[in-house]
Amino acid sequence: MFEFCSDPAALDTMRWFACFFTTGKHQLFYWSFVTVLVLLAITAPTALAFGFGGAMAARSPVAPLRWFGKGYISVVRGVPDIAFFLFFVIALDQGFEWLRHQAFCPDWTDAIRQGNDFIVCAEAKMPLSTAPQWVHEVYGFFLAVLTFAIVFGAFAANVLYGAMNAVPLGQVEAAEAYGMTPRQAFWRITVPQMWVYALPGLSNLWMVLIKATPLLFLLGVEDIVYWARELGATVLPRFSDYPHGDWRLYYFLFLLVFYLAFTRVSEKVLARITVRLSRGQATLGAT
Amino acid sequence: MSCWETIQAYAFRSLGYGERLLPRGDFTLCQHFTLIGSGLIWNIYFGLLALIAGFLLANVLAVGKASPRAWIAKPADWFILVFRGSPLFIQFFLAYFIFLELKNAGILPWLTSAWSGALVVLFLNTAAYSGEIFYGALKSVPKGEVEAADAYGMAGWTRFKRVIWPTQMRLAWPAYTNEAIFLFHATTLVFLSGFPAQRQQGDALYYAQYFADKTFNPFVPYPILAFYFVLVTLVLIFLMGLINKRLNRHLPQATRTRVRFRPVLMR
Amino acid sequence: MKLLTTTTALALVAGMAFADGHSVVRLGTEGAYAPWNFLDDNGEVAGFERELGDELCARAELTCEWVTNDWDSIIPNLVSGNYDAIIAGMSITDERDEVIDFTTNYTPPDPSNYMALSADVDIMGAVVAAQVNTIQAAFLAEKGITVLEFATPEDTVAAVKNGEADAVLADGSYLGPIAEADADLVILEQTESIGGGVGMGIRESDGDLRETFNAAIQSMKDDGSLNALITKWEVASTF
Repeated sequence: MFEFCSDPAALDTMRWFACFFTTGKHQLFYWSFVTVLVLLAITAPTALAFGFGGAMAARSPVAPLRWFGKGYISVVRGVPDIAFFLFFVIALDQGFEWLRHQAFCPDWTDAIRQGNDFIVCAEAKMPLSTAPQWVHEVYGFFLAVLTFAIVFGAFAANVLYGAMNAVPLGQVEAAEAYGMTPRQAFWRITVPQMWVYALPGLSNLWMVLIKATPLLFLLGVEDIVYWARELGATVLPRFSDYPHGDWRLYYFLFLLVFYLAFTRVSEKVLARITVRLSRGQATLGAT
Repeated sequence: MSCWETIQAYAFRSLGYGERLLPRGDFTLCQHFTLIGSGLIWNIYFGLLALIAGFLLANVLAVGKASPRAWIAKPADWFILVFRGSPLFIQFFLAYFIFLELKNAGILPWLTSAWSGALVVLFLNTAAYSGEIFYGALKSVPKGEVEAADAYGMAGWTRFKRVIWPTQMRLAWPAYTNEAIFLFHATTLVFLSGFPAQRQQGDALYYAQYFADKTFNPFVPYPILAFYFVLVTLVLIFLMGLINKRLNRHLPQATRTRVRFRPVLMR
Repeated sequence: MKLLTTTTALALVAGMAFADGHSVVRLGTEGAYAPWNFLDDNGEVAGFERELGDELCARAELTCEWVTNDWDSIIPNLVSGNYDAIIAGMSITDERDEVIDFTTNYTPPDPSNYMALSADVDIMGAVVAAQVNTIQAAFLAEKGITVLEFATPEDTVAAVKNGEADAVLADGSYLGPIAEADADLVILEQTESIGGGVGMGIRESDGDLRETFNAAIQSMKDDGSLNALITKWEVASTF
């Protein structure tokens, strides 16, 4: 990075750290923060969409759909999220490849499962094995987003289901009295009004989501925990220009500060949004 | 080995009784269920003790945070902030390092073992989350009830014990039930970060991972783990529901709060 | 002339591999086990296996790409096709051989070493640290020695330093440089012979790729370049 970094062993402390903190490895560490933030930014709306679908299914008049919705909500909420993280990525990956295999290679005769191996035709591979590394990374990232969205979508569904039911019944009845169909009443009356009831739960969910990101390394994403471990680990002089002892404690303390700051800022912003959304509503939070 | 023999050999493997060696090959469903169930003993141990101890500290924290005196309110507030604002995964990791430092200084050397160290972390963590729930409930105790207590000449401890606290618990209980469920889920993190498993004695997730590592097939052990946790969750909801019934027994039917969805406070 | 035939044979096998869809061979490694494989200051995979893998791919005329993956899930991800070969200091064992195939070993079977704070540790009565899911952990459990399992090799060494464990059992090549750099740590005289050398892990259905790499490894053994590489990185004894 800097010109004086060519011989790190001869540097004074200040410059040594200046060089140390700008190595390629550290830059990957800084980028992983961006990865986590982008992942959160994509996951939140995706999970909300899953949640909306789940809540609608749970309210559906069609019994099988209703069972599916309620089952989705209660099973996912009843199981530790790690259990999903540990096998969803492989399950989703194989699921996608199986679907593509059915679509692209209909006349493939070999079994897909050969003993322990999971083999699909080359065209069905996700991503294609010829694809450059960044495509593989994006795909891994996409699987992580999907896993998070499925798990936290169930929580969001739970919140939204409650919020939909919290909209005063009189409002919906009034809409029907005006001649609206149930579908119209749902989209024009229930949905616009439910957000204020859903917001506290959704704010909470956002905090939960932030605090679940250290588990991303389980999903194969090289996240901030992965790099904190890697960078903090003892490095011997033979294998690096910047040897040091076990510094993982400091890296993890840094992560702690990062998370405390992140959740604190989120809390402040969400409090503002709540006040803003409660305007004109007949709730205690309204000003 | 028949299934009954497997159960005899491995039912208490997580505590160090029975067969010393974990199964090596020809993995059966019975082995999966027995060993993962055996590990569940640890999850229940961590969850139950942390829940009970955390409940007590949470009450202190809630009253502390509501205190008009800043030197009491501030520390309680900061405690809650740190534990609620950071991921449990990182807390485990850091706690293990701190316990190691303490051990080197000759203080509480047994804290580096999972059975005590991880329990302390879970206890402090759930105390912070429950403390916030109880604080919120304390703030929503109806003014009228407190005034009525004043009118009866109650004050201080008597007023808190007879009027405020029961109502506070009643209001907090549904959210607290959620917290209890999440605490049990959080116990699966113990052996995943920081704390080592000794003599291959671990929790349910540890054994699920063991099977996934050995059979290279994650599709059997993790669903079994999920099945066990759904059971734990159901039992927990049932038990907390019983307590809730008791807390609400003086109220007319329609105004009783059921143990179920409460959006405001959860993990 | 001999050289020429080897190359042609290699090209032929490589051509078959191509036909099988391996225009790019993805190599999976852990990146946390110096000197075998680790990440250098730039975050690139480096070490003995990096140089070995690149050389093997060059000889087999394959285009190779490096991928890092957690040790824990390194086999399931191979089996489900996220990369095509494991080259991560993985010892050949019967257990693993049931699930995946191995190439011929590219290092001879070497005994594992204990490292401790003092030379007179009685292993049978001691608490010994090992990385979870390694041949060393399985060995300790089998011998009835109290084993303390950690997720990463780094943790196992840290456990010895801070007194959590009395000793750590791991490959001598991993422990050697650490003991050299830290005056407090010593390698015990007692060694354990576990495992059958280190090889590349390949899917069982991928026989062609295995043959390709076998041929390449053999050619490196024959011309002595493999031994030179082993000596350079001090990972094992030579063939």
